[in-house]
Amino acid sequence: MAAETSRPGFKGFRRPDGRVGTRNHVLVVPTVICSSVVAERVAAATQPLGTAVPHLAGCGQLGPDMRVTHETLAAYCGHPNVGAVVVIALGCEQVVAQSLSEAAKRHGKPAEIVAIQSEGGTVRATEKGIRIAQSFADALTATDREWCDASELVLSLKCGGSDYTSGLASNPTLGRVTDRLVDLGGTAVLGEIAEIMGAEHLLASRATREGTATQLIQIITRVETEARALGLDIRGTQPSPGNIRGGLTTIEEKSLGATHKGGERAPLEDVVAYAAPITRKGLTVMDTPGLDVESVTGMVGGGAQVVVFTTGLGTPTGNPIAPVIKVTGNARTARQMADNIDLDVSGIMDDSETLDAAADRLFDEVLAVASGQLTSAERLGHREFAIHRRNPTI
Amino acid sequence: MKSVLIISDRDNVATALQVLEPGSTLELGDVRLAVRESVPSGHKIALRTIRAGEAVIKYGSPIGLATAEIPVGAHVHTHNLASTRGRGDLGPPQREPQPRLAEPVDETNGR
Repeated sequence: MAAETSRPGFKGFRRPDGRVGTRNHVLVVPTVICSSVVAERVAAATQPLGTAVPHLAGCGQLGPDMRVTHETLAAYCGHPNVGAVVVIALGCEQVVAQSLSEAAKRHGKPAEIVAIQSEGGTVRATEKGIRIAQSFADALTATDREWCDASELVLSLKCGGSDYTSGLASNPTLGRVTDRLVDLGGTAVLGEIAEIMGAEHLLASRATREGTATQLIQIITRVETEARALGLDIRGTQPSPGNIRGGLTTIEEKSLGATHKGGERAPLEDVVAYAAPITRKGLTVMDTPGLDVESVTGMVGGGAQVVVFTTGLGTPTGNPIAPVIKVTGNARTARQMADNIDLDVSGIMDDSETLDAAADRLFDEVLAVASGQLTSAERLGHREFAIHRRNPTI
Repeated sequence: MKSVLIISDRDNVATALQVLEPGSTLELGDVRLAVRESVPSGHKIALRTIRAGEAVIKYGSPIGLATAEIPVGAHVHTHNLASTRGRGDLGPPQREPQPRLAEPVDETNGR
């Protein structure tokens, strides 16, 4: 998509804090599992702008585990794809409703709290929540999209349900888009530390600052040490049984294919914690687990406004606030799971399309989706959300 | 459409882009490779003999070690190739794992 200028860009929602959203949601956020059902009902009654982030945590948590839950929810409240926030609290939980609403207000967004205990139960809280969410939605409907430069995009790079086509077609296609976006001054984020294991040398050699490569190695070592400390073989899950049927034998092989998503030249600028803000242009690695939904949840929390998700075997995963674009290099998957796939790049496998031509199509798709074109996951109502847990519930 | 794909000159395996039948012969440039056993599409075939304990190379980097001698033209998968990473089942490490910071050395000796 090109504007009056020759630079590529998209039509986004400029927020009061200057950041740009690709969607315009009213976020209904439960502080705790106990208020998740009310939050889901409020969001369901305020379609299409209303969206909830139901979760299983918010109480019975200690230390860093509690902090990650709190910071992830706060990150969604501050996210540029969100225009207004309704916090649904219970009243006795650990996550502080006030600090979630403040996270939204700090970014210049309206926010209100509805507490189930003080409102007097499910019916009253739901009724009040719907009234507030609807008034927020009415106000947001009047917001217009405006032209934004491609450099304002933070793209989340994800793969899942990988097979041999992922490393040969869809991931290298996405890698070319990453390089192009970063050349334009944009940002990309790569997660899934276990799936960098065996390919870390390729990313570490592109680190721009002393310490960034070391940080990358440290978190990979931590994941590897954790698996060893449990006395367990990471092969129990990496590669997954489906990966192995698809021809991937080892985690090193899967990682080398997966790391193509990060491009070939984009400088590695930063390594950040789960759902932590992505603040530097260029390529960032985020410390997320390999589980798809937890990984996407974290990268969107960090500020990604669009996710590109490559798949060999096919997978439905979406996100409550960010569009997730599905790309496959497997012609059979493109046919069999057509309703889940946005872009078919299987022509690379039979030489009927070049990687560069496929990357051109994907880059255009990213800008069109950033401008409001719905993805398959959005049309199908896929809004999976899962906060990474570091400890068992107490 | 090609029947196999070799990603890097350093690789000692290729990826089958279709089912490879035993007894068939692949023309790889000026080299002829006899397929030893059935290789499913998407799986790997050995481009040369890989000794037990030797690194299997794909994408120009090691993807694990051969657990048995792999003859040229054989199917390479979980029965003869194992990861060296995240292996808690092998007991406590003698030392902390040392992920590589630099490009791996060419263990194929130029093939």
